[in-house]
Amino acid sequence: MTKFQKKKFIEIQTTADDHRVAKLAAFAIGLHLIEAFLPSPLPGVKPGLANIVTLFVLYRFDFATAAWVSFLRVFASSLLLGNFLSPTFALSLSGAVLSLAALFFAQNLPRRYFSAVTLSVFAAFAHMVGQLLVVRVWLIPNAGIAYLIPIFMAAALMFGVVNGLLTNYLLRINPAKLDEDKG
Amino acid sequence: MVSALKWSKPLLGDVLVILFGLIFVSYLFKSLWHNEQAAKLQIRLGDKIYATFSLDQNRNIDIQGPLGVTRIVIANGKARFASSPCPNQYCVHQGWLSHKGQAAICLPNQVSLELLGAKKPFDSLNY
Repeated sequence: MTKFQKKKFIEIQTTADDHRVAKLAAFAIGLHLIEAFLPSPLPGVKPGLANIVTLFVLYRFDFATAAWVSFLRVFASSLLLGNFLSPTFALSLSGAVLSLAALFFAQNLPRRYFSAVTLSVFAAFAHMVGQLLVVRVWLIPNAGIAYLIPIFMAAALMFGVVNGLLTNYLLRINPAKLDEDKG
Repeated sequence: MVSALKWSKPLLGDVLVILFGLIFVSYLFKSLWHNEQAAKLQIRLGDKIYATFSLDQNRNIDIQGPLGVTRIVIANGKARFASSPCPNQYCVHQGWLSHKGQAAICLPNQVSLELLGAKKPFDSLNY
């Protein structure tokens, strides 16, 4: 390419960090999409497998990277599924915000006693609370949803534990830093 | 297969968190899934209690709110918003309420219904 041709394009300078975030977000988006096609007994009850990626990133990198991966996942998945700015997107976003808030506080728990299982359970509960808030405030502003709350929370607990165990397992079989061999 | 997975040992904190989670969820089931029939209907208008009616009667109640008249119907131990001047009609769509603790709120017209049991657990305590 000549200099003249090259000038016609906007070049965005990317760092190794950007590539890492993009790569990790791609994993999360993949899991999110797979999950979107799984049948669910109740709308809102989902395993939340993408949260495994968020937790893994939180452990292997830092909170900021985990937040990036989480938000990129929410925005990119909604664009791919075609529900950007729809109620589904709002549910996903509020869930992600609250679960990141939960992780922000829970990450300081002593690692000796609390593993990814604890963080995953907190994140899952917070995710549900975020979604229920949107449902209550925006989508179904009457108290009719109250009967479903116990089911939602039970599902959050169960999937939270499962995702936490899977994260522990992933962390165990990937002791090396991901960016050293693949970055 | 399972032996190939290197599961880490459960940590004390994790076990406690899961236990508290289970207690929390069972508390939610207990508090939100009771089937106790209600005995009384309490209607609020704005921030005041408008009236309390027994559900053991068939009756229509018309309440004048800021937007207009809201009609509440009591029939066969149940109660509902029958009509409301509010634009969204969420209160009417909620349908019949029959269990203790159920509530329906019409924010635009400031009317709310709450079903009470035969007696509230603690109305007052004296020592």
